[in-house]
Amino acid sequence: MATAEVSNKKTLKVQRFKPSDNPTNTYLTDEKGVWAWMTTVDHKKIGIMYLVSVAFFFAVGGALALLLRTELLTPAKTFIEADAYNQLFTLHGAIMVFFVLVPSIPAALGNFIMPMQLGAKDVAFPKLNLASFYIYVIGAIFTFIALALNGLDTGWTFYTPYSTQSTTSVIWVTMGVFILGFSSILTGTNFITTIHKMRAPGITWGKLPLNVWALYATSIIQVLATPVLAITVLLLTMERWLGFGIFDPALGGDPVLFQHFFWFYSHPAVYIMIVPGFGIISEVISTFSKKTVFGYWAIALSSLAIAFIGFLVWGHHMFTSGQSAVATTVFSFLTFLVGIPTGIKIFNWIATLYKGSIKMDTPMIYVFIFLFLFSIGGFTGIMLGALSVDIHLHDTYYVVAHFHYVMMGGTLIALLAGLHFWWPKMTGKLYNERLAKIASGFIFVGFNVTFLPQFVMGAQGMPRRYYNYVDQFTAFHQTSTIGSYLLGVGFLIILYYLMHSLFKGQKSPANPWGSRGLEWQATSPPDFHNFDHTPVVIHGPYDYHQPMEEFQLGLAVDGNGHDPESAKKVVDEEREDWKNYSLG
Amino acid sequence: MGRLFDFMLPEAKSPTAESTDALFHFINEVSLVLLIGITFALIYFAIKYRRKSENDETPVITHNNTLEITWSVVPLLVCFVIFGWGYSGWLNLKSVPDNAYEIQVSGYKWGWNAKYDNGAQTLNEIHVPEGRPVKIVLQSSDVLHSFFVPDYRVKHDVVPGRYTYVWFEANEVGESQVFCTEYCGTGHSDMLAKIIVHSEEDFETWLEKNGGGVSGTPVEQGQQLVQLQGCITCHSEDGSEKIGPTFKGLWESEETLTDGSTVSVDENYIRESILNPAAKIVEGYGNVMTPYEGRISDEEITNIIEYLKTLK
Repeated sequence: MATAEVSNKKTLKVQRFKPSDNPTNTYLTDEKGVWAWMTTVDHKKIGIMYLVSVAFFFAVGGALALLLRTELLTPAKTFIEADAYNQLFTLHGAIMVFFVLVPSIPAALGNFIMPMQLGAKDVAFPKLNLASFYIYVIGAIFTFIALALNGLDTGWTFYTPYSTQSTTSVIWVTMGVFILGFSSILTGTNFITTIHKMRAPGITWGKLPLNVWALYATSIIQVLATPVLAITVLLLTMERWLGFGIFDPALGGDPVLFQHFFWFYSHPAVYIMIVPGFGIISEVISTFSKKTVFGYWAIALSSLAIAFIGFLVWGHHMFTSGQSAVATTVFSFLTFLVGIPTGIKIFNWIATLYKGSIKMDTPMIYVFIFLFLFSIGGFTGIMLGALSVDIHLHDTYYVVAHFHYVMMGGTLIALLAGLHFWWPKMTGKLYNERLAKIASGFIFVGFNVTFLPQFVMGAQGMPRRYYNYVDQFTAFHQTSTIGSYLLGVGFLIILYYLMHSLFKGQKSPANPWGSRGLEWQATSPPDFHNFDHTPVVIHGPYDYHQPMEEFQLGLAVDGNGHDPESAKKVVDEEREDWKNYSLG
Repeated sequence: MGRLFDFMLPEAKSPTAESTDALFHFINEVSLVLLIGITFALIYFAIKYRRKSENDETPVITHNNTLEITWSVVPLLVCFVIFGWGYSGWLNLKSVPDNAYEIQVSGYKWGWNAKYDNGAQTLNEIHVPEGRPVKIVLQSSDVLHSFFVPDYRVKHDVVPGRYTYVWFEANEVGESQVFCTEYCGTGHSDMLAKIIVHSEEDFETWLEKNGGGVSGTPVEQGQQLVQLQGCITCHSEDGSEKIGPTFKGLWESEETLTDGSTVSVDENYIRESILNPAAKIVEGYGNVMTPYEGRISDEEITNIIEYLKTLK
C-alpha cells in the first residue's frame, strides 16, 4: 500500500488511477436530451452552454464589426446612414464587453475546468451556477428586446446626458446589464467558495494551478465591482424614467459623476476580462514546454495585485473630462503601478520557456501570439497613462487600437489558446492541427493589419466613433477594413474545423498533451462526476520532473467509503504494477 | 525609426506640443526595444529548445530572485520617469499665460460657435492671432462634446453646466483642424471646425471688420443668425437633404408630422420649433435638435423668421 503525505499532519492511503483512453461513461452520455441539459447542475454542461452562448454573441458582435469596417471603407456614406452606424458601434461594444469578454473565460472555460483542477465533483453551489446562466440569458433577452424596439446609440459607455436624452431603448439595455451583473456576481461568489472549500486533499494554496489563482483574483473583482455598475445603471434608469436629477445638468446633476461611477466598475472590469486569460497562458505555456512555471508565486500574487490596484485607477479614463487636477495626477501615477505586475507576468512566462521542451501545437501558437500582441497592448497602455500624451491621444483611434490589442489580442487570443488546449478534454475529440495553424496565421496577420494602422491614424488625430472622416485617413481605414475581413476568414476556418472535430473528429486520448494538470488525469471527456475517486495531490501542478503516475493518485478507500472490502481488493490488485513510493 | 515616429504625429504647431511629442517618441523607442527583445526571445527559445522527443527532461527552475527583482524594479523606475515627464508636460497644458487672448467657444449638436471680445461671432471657424497665447473657454449647450486640435496636442471635454478651457500658441499662419472627440449623436463626425491663424496685424483687421455681431436689415440679420446659431448645420438653405428639413420653401408650406397630423408653417410654428423642437417633429426626421430656449432672444427669432420668408 502506497501512502502519501499530503501535509505535515495527514498521511493518506493512495492508489494510482490511470485514466482510461476509452471511457464508456462520460458526462456527455450520462444525461441526454435537451431538457436534461437545460436543467443540469453539472458545471461542465453549464460551462458548455456558456461557451455556446458566448460563441453566438461573438458571432453577432463580430458581424457588426465587419459591417462597421465596411462602412468605413469610404470617408462619407458607404452603405448605411449615420444613425445606423452609431447603433452598430454601440452594439458591437456592448455585446463584446458584456456578453462575450466578461463571461467568456470564467463562466465558460472556468466553469468547466476549474472544479476539475481542484479535484472537485462540482462547484460549491451547483444550482446557483445554473441560476447564473439563466440570469445571463434573461439579461440577453432584455438586450434583444431593445434591438427589436429602437436599438441603442449611446456607445457602450452610456455617457450622460446623451444617454438621458437619446430616443433609443436605453432603459431596456441598462436593465439587461443590471440583470447580467447578478450573473457575474453569483459566479464570482460561487468560484471563491469553491476554491476555498472544495480543493482535493493535498492541494495547498502553493499547489493551486495558476489558472485557479487567476480565476480567484477575477472572482474577487466580480464580487466587489459589479454592484457599482448595477447602482450606476439603476440611477441612470431612474433619471430617464422618473426624471431624478443625478447626472443631467438640466436636472441639476453632474455628468462627470456618471463617468466616475461607470469607470469605477468598468476599469476593474477590464481585469475581469484579462486576468482569467493570464491563467490560461500559464497552464498552456507550462504544458507545452514540459517545465515548471518560472516564478509561480510572482505570477499568482501579481494577479491579486492587479485585482486590488485595478480598483484605484479608474480616473485614467477621465484625464480630459474636467475631473480635478489632483485626481488626475494621482490616477496617472497609480496607472503606472498597475502596469508593473502585468510586465512581471510576461517576463516570467518567457523565462519559463528557457531550457524547456517546446512543442508548437496550436494552443502554444496562440500563447506566442498572445505574448506579442498583449505586449503591444501593454506598452500602448503605458503611453496612454502618461498625462500629456494622453491628452492628445484620448478618444482617438489610438485608444481603439490599444484596447483591441488588450481585449482581443489578450483575452480573446487567450480564450482561443484555452479552447484549443481543453477542446479534447471537453469533447473527447481531436481537431485538424494543420487547419488550426492556418487559421491562427489568418488571425495573427488579420489582427495586425486591422489594428496597427489604427495606432497611426489615432496619433495623427482620427477621433473614434466617427461615421464620416477627413480624407487623409482613407488609406488607414481601408487597410484596417481589409484586415478585419482576414480576421473574419480566420474565425470561419476555426468554426469549420471545430464543428468537423465535434461530429467526425478523431478520438482523443485522456491526456493528448502529456500535461501534469489534474484536469488531464480524468478521462476525455470526463466522467459525470469528473473523477470516480477522490484525487490526492502531492506535487505542484507544473512538476514535470516528477513521473506522471504520481499525478494520478486518489484515495485508496474507494466506493465512497461504502464498500471498504471491494475497495481493498482493487488496491491489492493494483499493487502489482504500482511501485512502492515513499512519498512526501 | 525616428521617421516612422514622426510620421505618426501631425506637425506640431504650438510650443506646448514639444514635450508631448518628445515623450511620445521616448515611450515608443523604449517599447520598441523591449518588444524586439521579447519577440527575439520567444522565437529563439522556440527554435533552440524545440521538443526533440516526448521523453525530453527539463531542468527544475522555480525562480530567480535577482532576475525577478531586476525586471520589476527597472520597469518601475522607467515608469516613474514617464510619469514625471507626462506630468510636467501636462502642467504646461493647464497653466495659461497671463497675456492670453480669450475666445468663448460653445459646442452644441453639431457645431462650434465662437465669440470674440469685441462681439464678433463665427461658426465652425476660430480665428486666432499668430505668436500669441490663445485661451479657448469652452461650454456646451446640450450634451458632452470634446474640443480637440491635433496640431496643438490639446483636448478638453466640453461639459454642460461648467466651463473648461484649453490654450495654445499658434506658431505659423495657416489652418488647423478641430474635431469633436466625445460622441454626441447623429452629427458627431460632422462636428468639425477650423482654426484659422492670421498674422497679428491681419487678425486685428479681421476682428475690426467683424466686430459688433450681427447687423443690417432684419432679413440680413436673420441670414447671419442662421449661420451663427448653427441652424444651417442641419437645415439647408438650398433644398438639399440634411439632418433636419430644409429652409427652402418652408414658409407657408404644409408639413406632415410624425403623428400623422399636418401643420402649416407660420410665425408661431417656427417660434415653437426653435424654442421647443420636440413638440412637433416632421415626418421622416428624428427628435435630435437642441432646444434654443434661453439661448436666443425674441428679436433674433423674429429676424430669423423674416429671413426664412425670403427663402422661396
